[in-house]
This record gives sequence, structure tokens and C-alpha cells, in this order.
Amino acid sequence: MSVEERLAELEASVGSGHIAWVLISAALVLFMTPGLAFFYGGMDRSRNVLNMLMMNFWCLLVLPVLWVAVGFTLAQSPVENKFIGSFDNAFLKGLDISDGGMTLAVVAFLGMFAAITPALISGAVADRMKFSAWAIFAPVWMLIVFVPVFKWVYGGWLGQRGSLDFAGGTAIHVNAGIAALAAVLVLGKRKGWPKEGHPPHSMPLVMIGTGILWFGWFGFNAGSALEANGTAVQAFMNTFLAAAAAGLAWCLVERVRDGHFTNLGAASGIVAGLVAITPAAGFVAGMSPIFIGLIAGVICCFAVGLKTKAGYDDALDVVGVHFVGGLVGSLLIGLFADPDFFGGDFMAGLFYGGGGKLLLEQTIANASAIAYSFPVTLGLMYLLKVTIGVRVSEEIEVGGLDQAEHAETAYHEALV
Amino acid sequence: MKLITAIIKPFKVDEVKTALKAAGVLGITVTEVNGFGRQGGHTETYRGTEYQIDFVPKVKLEVVADDPAVGEVIEAISTAARTGQIGDGKIWVTSVDELVRIRTGEQGADAV
Repeated sequence: MSVEERLAELEASVGSGHIAWVLISAALVLFMTPGLAFFYGGMDRSRNVLNMLMMNFWCLLVLPVLWVAVGFTLAQSPVENKFIGSFDNAFLKGLDISDGGMTLAVVAFLGMFAAITPALISGAVADRMKFSAWAIFAPVWMLIVFVPVFKWVYGGWLGQRGSLDFAGGTAIHVNAGIAALAAVLVLGKRKGWPKEGHPPHSMPLVMIGTGILWFGWFGFNAGSALEANGTAVQAFMNTFLAAAAAGLAWCLVERVRDGHFTNLGAASGIVAGLVAITPAAGFVAGMSPIFIGLIAGVICCFAVGLKTKAGYDDALDVVGVHFVGGLVGSLLIGLFADPDFFGGDFMAGLFYGGGGKLLLEQTIANASAIAYSFPVTLGLMYLLKVTIGVRVSEEIEVGGLDQAEHAETAYHEALV
Repeated sequence: MKLITAIIKPFKVDEVKTALKAAGVLGITVTEVNGFGRQGGHTETYRGTEYQIDFVPKVKLEVVADDPAVGEVIEAISTAARTGQIGDGKIWVTSVDELVRIRTGEQGADAV
């Protein structure tokens, strides 16, 4: 073997371009958690905004540590385990950079997902959950709900059956969305809801958060190709188009129904589109992301109204946007999946000659995630309720969580 | 001496200030306030849910004037702040018993 051949081989094995893309994507996904915090925080009341930010930042403190300790190994190692991983890579044991670094890059990349998934639930429990209860809920939920469902979907029994989830529609959004419903059923309604209104305290904050989320979501979806390749490019394109189409759809529904183009409608639609395209990002192409975005935008716009009719106080619409959006996107893969475009060996959707088999698998995968996540989350919240308590006192709820729970105030009066 | 207090639309502050300066007023105090009168509040819609916002942002403006100047001050404010639409605000006048300029200790009309 000539030196040139040897060098070429070395360079190919290192795959520096792929590693670079995964590292950049990991940083993009990390940025999504502060983005989510602003998105939720702006919708929250001014006396609770710091509590909302801290619930999200808490996830960035505790979950990465838990992820490298036992999360990653239980979620991914070995890949072929059906239900739960082993402790083979606990505390990063056996994970080094002898392969050029890609394995560790993936551990970091997936760790960002582990951090943001419990954070999604914070929007539902806003304004009334004890921070100490959240501080325990987030890591325990990550370990006993996120990790197993992630395992089933990625390499486990659901994935082995042929269901598809490119970047976390079932494993992340449906999973966290239905958990949010379980959490608020135990936590109860905010004082005065729904008679008393709680309009957003800072729409500019919501819009900044939305921008950060969209930006970070390119890493979330296109990074999930785990290579700098054509699939990553198409996933990027899908993330771009589905968010725009869903924001457009939501805004148009509001314009016709309520009379105005609203900032919150644009933001909510963008996020609903991003959620819906997440499972489909590496499986659909052409105009499909636009159709998926339009459908998700319209459905989620109506879905956020369900809580008032059904009487569950999902404060910032985690169920209506993440659960419903994730479910819609995941099921639509059953119609729009196009293996020929990607040269992939996954099942084709109904519109691409695959019949109804993929749609059935998508239904089974989501039903399984829901059937596990909902009762386990209900149990965890109930356990916290009867031990340390999950709810702040009425006095704190009325006076604001920022001062009572964190001894901080977001907006000081000029005289202070 | 009188204290003239006016509640006006926020976008009229500059015009009222200019009119008061032209009328010879040397000092005013403004505060951002919220409230409602006959204009009432308004509704805002977030994710399809309507919220009634009862308190409308207004500016409160306070001027102390010597008795002979009161009419001119009221005229300046009401002319400059008027749009003819509901919500233009109100002006009321109260008596001032004492007035002291802190720097010099001047009292009464001399301190205006």
C-alpha cells in the first residue's frame, strides 16, 4: 500500500466532515433548551418567568451528568437490545476516541436530546409546580420514561418492527407530550383557570425563543443523519419548509377565525411544524414537508383549544403542540415516506406504493410510547405528590414563584 | 396655587409638553399610568382565547401653577391632547396649600 493510499484510507476512516457536522449539530441542539425557555418564559406571567427559565436550565445542569453516568448506556448500548440497554458503557466506560471521535460525538449529541425532552414538559406545569418536585421529576423521568422509549424506537423492538422516527417524533415529542398531560392531571389546575385569563407577559421573548428553536432544530433534525450527507441536506430542507408551512397555516386559520395575524400564532405554528417534521425529516422529500407542515399547523391550531373543553390545565399547550404535532408528523410518515429518494431500505408510505403497512407500524409505535409514558408519568407525579408535594402554596402561586422559589425578580421597578 | 392633573393619551405627550412650554410653564411631572374610563379596555387574542384587558395605558401629567395662569394651562393641555375620540382623558384642578422650592427655600407663588 502506498503512502498516499494509506493516508486516503486514514482520512476516510476518520470522517472528519461527519464528525464536524455532528459536533456543530450537538451545539445547535443545546441552544434549543434556552430557546424553549424563552419561548415558554415569554408566554408565562412576569412573576413566574424566572421559575420557567430555571426549570429549563435545570435540565441542562442535571441531565447531561445523568446521561453520561447511565443514560446513554441504557438508551443505546448495545443497539440491538429490544427493551433496555446494558451498563456496559456506564460512566463512559469503554468509550474513547480510537475510532476518530464519532462515538463520543454521538454520546454528546444524544445527550442534548436527553436534556431537552424533559424540559418540554415544563410548559405544561408552569405557574404552580414546586421547584424541588421538578428538580427530582426531570432526571427521574428522563431515566425511567425517556430512556426506555428511546431504546425501543432506536434499535429496540419498535425500530426492529420497521416503524420510523428520524429525530424523535415518537421518542421525544409524543413521549413528552403525553407525559405533560399526565403531569397536569396530578398537579391540578392553576387558581382561577380557565375563567381567569393568563395572557403572555412578553411576546418579544416568545419570538426570540422561536427563532432560537428553529435555528437549533436544524441540528436536531439534519444532525440526526449522523453524517454530513444527502439525507442531512434533505432533513435540513424539510426542517426549513415544514416550519414555514405550519406557521403560515396557523396564521391563516387565526386570520379567518379570529380576525388577526398574531405573533403567537406564527410562533406556535413554526414550532408545531418543527415538531411534526422531526420524525419524518429523513424519510420525506419534495413537497411532502410542505403538506406535513400545513396539516400540522391547522390541526395543532385547533388542538390547543381542547384543554378548555376537556378541562385539563396544560398551561402553555405542550399537549396541543408537542403531543398532537408529534403524533400527526409520525403518522404522516405512513403516507409520505419515500425510500427511493433516499436510496434507503425503509418501508414506503401509502402514497409511494407501500400500502398501509408503515402506517400500521407508526400507529403501533406511538400507541406503545403513549401506553408506557402516560401511566408511568402519572405514577411518578403521584409518588412525588404524596411524598414531598408537587404544588406550591396558594400564597406563592398568587404572589409569584420567582421570589418564593428562587429569591429573584425578573423585572425590577426603576426605583429599586 | 393650583395643582393641575391631566390624564392623556401617551402619544399626545410631546404635543402637550410643547404647548405647555409655549404657555410659559417651567416644569411638569409625567407618570406612566394604567386605568379605564368610558373608553373601557380592549380584548387581546392568544391562541384563539380572548382576554379582556381592562386597564389602558395612559400618561398622568402634573403641573403646579399660580392662580392667574390656571386657565391658560388647562387650555393648552386640552387643545393639544384632544383628538375628538373616546379616551382623550381628563383634567382636574386641586388647591395647593404650600409650595417650597427645595434649593432656595422660596415659598408659595415664588416657588412656582
